[in-house]
Amino acid sequence: MSAGGGGLGTPRALPSSGPRALRDMPHPLAASSSEEAAAELTPSPDLLLPRSFADKDLSLPNGTPVDTSSPASSSSLLNRLQLDDDLDAETRDLFVTVDDPKKHICTMETYITYRVTTKTTRAEFDLPEYSVRRRYQDFDWLKNKLEESQPTHLIPPLPEKFVMKGVVDRFSEEFVETRRKALDKFLKRIADHPVLSFNEHFSVFLTAKDLNAYKKQGMALLSKMGESVKYVTGGYKLRSRPLEFAAIGDYLDTFVLKLGTIDRIAQRIIKEELEYLVELREYGPVYSTWGGLEVELAEPLEGVSACIGNCCTALEELSDDMTEDSLPVLREYILYSESMKNVLKKRDQVQAEYEAKLEAVALKKEERPKVPADVEKCQDRVECFNADLKADMERWQNNKRQDFRQLLMGMADKNIQYYEKCLTAWESIIPLLQDKPETK
Amino acid sequence: MESAEAEPLGASDGCQAGEAEPGSGPAAEEPDGGAAGTMMEDCLSKKIEITVSEAEKRTGRNAMNMQETYTAYLIETRAVESQTEGQCSPPDSLWRRYSEFELLRNYLLVNYPHIVVPPLPEKRAEFVWHKLSADNMDPDFVERRRIGLENFLIRVASHPIICQDKIFYSFLTQEGGWKEMVNETGFQLKAESRLKALNATFRVKNPDRRFTELKHYSDELQSVISHLLRVRARVADRLYGVYKVHGNYGRVFSEWSAIEKEMGDGLQSAGHHMDVYAASIDDILEEEEHYADQLKEYLFYAEALRAVCRKHELMQYDLEMAAQDLASKKQQCEELATGTLRTFSLKGMTSKLFGQETPEQREGKIKVLEEQIHEGEEQLKSKNVEGREFVKSAWADIERFKEQKNHDLKEALINYAVMQISMCKKGIQVWTNAKECFSKM
Repeated sequence: MSAGGGGLGTPRALPSSGPRALRDMPHPLAASSSEEAAAELTPSPDLLLPRSFADKDLSLPNGTPVDTSSPASSSSLLNRLQLDDDLDAETRDLFVTVDDPKKHICTMETYITYRVTTKTTRAEFDLPEYSVRRRYQDFDWLKNKLEESQPTHLIPPLPEKFVMKGVVDRFSEEFVETRRKALDKFLKRIADHPVLSFNEHFSVFLTAKDLNAYKKQGMALLSKMGESVKYVTGGYKLRSRPLEFAAIGDYLDTFVLKLGTIDRIAQRIIKEELEYLVELREYGPVYSTWGGLEVELAEPLEGVSACIGNCCTALEELSDDMTEDSLPVLREYILYSESMKNVLKKRDQVQAEYEAKLEAVALKKEERPKVPADVEKCQDRVECFNADLKADMERWQNNKRQDFRQLLMGMADKNIQYYEKCLTAWESIIPLLQDKPETK
Repeated sequence: MESAEAEPLGASDGCQAGEAEPGSGPAAEEPDGGAAGTMMEDCLSKKIEITVSEAEKRTGRNAMNMQETYTAYLIETRAVESQTEGQCSPPDSLWRRYSEFELLRNYLLVNYPHIVVPPLPEKRAEFVWHKLSADNMDPDFVERRRIGLENFLIRVASHPIICQDKIFYSFLTQEGGWKEMVNETGFQLKAESRLKALNATFRVKNPDRRFTELKHYSDELQSVISHLLRVRARVADRLYGVYKVHGNYGRVFSEWSAIEKEMGDGLQSAGHHMDVYAASIDDILEEEEHYADQLKEYLFYAEALRAVCRKHELMQYDLEMAAQDLASKKQQCEELATGTLRTFSLKGMTSKLFGQETPEQREGKIKVLEEQIHEGEEQLKSKNVEGREFVKSAWADIERFKEQKNHDLKEALINYAVMQISMCKKGIQVWTNAKECFSKM
């Protein structure tokens, strides 16, 4: 039974998919840990803490320490395995919701805050429930923090910061609701993630009464680290990307292209439907006007007019549903793909650094018979990055399949509902039209 | 007496007279509003079955000896066995082009001014949207015109009065020489000029209120149907766009399925259903064009109604002019008889200049005028009778037309609703199939 906790199915997956996913994910370090995980469902706090600390010596290429949730450590693997088991609906231990948007007007600015409610049974949290208010830039802070502290993991995307010009008002009800749903989804994806959900910044985000104080506290240190990380980014020469990661890269390129096309098609359909609606709104009343000229035909013509009016309403609902439900998912996955490309790029950077060090060592082979520790650390970093990425990629694939199945089935449902409403409307006027049989 | 004669032709007493004599003389043949069964008893349509079965593109030389391309339509007539008892003529067929149908209709319009003559299908395509061809030679247009021409013939054959017409029968059965025959009737000479009709429209003083209302109704009907057809064309255009854009889903789902393992099959199948969905609009809108053609027929019927109203105006105008003329002559005669002049006239002027007329001269003039007055009174009486006959028979036909209209349009609306229901069911079917594919992803 090989380990690979990160690849387990999402909460929506069938319960039986968990163990199979475990077997499919090969990882040398995970063998014994997975056996232990199978033995007991709930993690022991004593077991967790020491193993988490054991990984503190790991660090990014530039010397920045990697967070405790590195998958290379057995304790992290244990966490992942146990949490993946916990992802089954009955045993989830962390529930997050975003609701109740409120508008705040200050002298300097106007902004929206959302209530973030947390319910948990985890020991790491002092209380079983939390409720805090957060604004968009707080979410953005959390995302940036996660990206910095969990560079080997795929961070879910936030809804876009800037609204397209002339599309919607920033404070309109529709826009706020759309954004609320996206923020809710962002947090839920993190809460479902076996590693990200244990991130300290995430905990602070969910619990801190005053997030701004915490932000200011960590500002100076992060600036240095941020710059260090940026120092590494730049030109690098990658000798040979592993085939599976090359395939992921190619897949993402094609996927983003197709998603972009689907997004444009969906928007085009909505546009055409709205134009169709304009004409249909003019079409119905003409029957009514005609009815005003007639005596015997007045009722049937009025019936047709009202029926077309009902079809207009149904079409409007269809168009609104598509705009509210379908387009955000497409946008999210386009952004998600960008995030994944970034993580892939980081992985390439880590591998490139490792290869460079190997090259350097090869040049001075005579001096040292043994491979230096720092090169082994680099190798560990590459392998741990690969493992994290593979696990997150599989999780993403599952999420994607679930989300797109839901999206497309929802789209089909909306269209079916539209046609059913129109069908009902037209069937209802048949008796009206057939009424008053020729009595003469 | 003058005031009574100058009354509008459509007086209610004329109408009452018509109702009071349902069974006598020619009135027996005329439609009695509602008795569809009895009025159709002698119709041609009961005796022979008429179909326009084919259309064929032809080239030939026109009156200017220039090459032209036109479409000919095959008219087939067949005796109905159940009705005929000895007159068992064999099936007959001949070719006619659109312009010959026009000639026939023009002849009917002139010879039956009191009849709401069925209209022909449109001469050239109107109310088109961008996927519907405006070309007269387009197969779809020709096919719809074929149906329209058949409908025209059936409506004429079903009409209790005009179905008896010999020229119409000859149109159906005599291929050669029909044009000569119809031209020999000299119907063009009897045709009223549009200018004269316009003159009458503006000058008539006391038209029948019912005809005025009918004319107003026909104007409104034409306006509203025209508006409806224009908007429907735009609706069809937009609906077509909505459906066709879904076809793009088909393409991108197929392409997407190539890079997906687990979702691939579901996407591929769903893509196929999207293609089916996009393609379905062609048949839907083609069928809807027949509904549009039914509306167009009544658009053109509005013009036929107006033709009857125009004829009434002409006759009323003629009657009014005759009455006016008679009154003028009577006044002249009275003036001569009494020797008094109430109004300025040329006669009064000449008498002042050249002296009074001799008694013999005056007597002669009075005699001439009395003859003219007698003639005028006869003529006025005749015109009154003619006018009442026209109003009676025209209104009977208008009532028949109203019933036909109500029946036809109700049926057209039912068919339109059934079409919409069919479209909805297809939509539900396709999306249900697609949803099933998505659920297997």
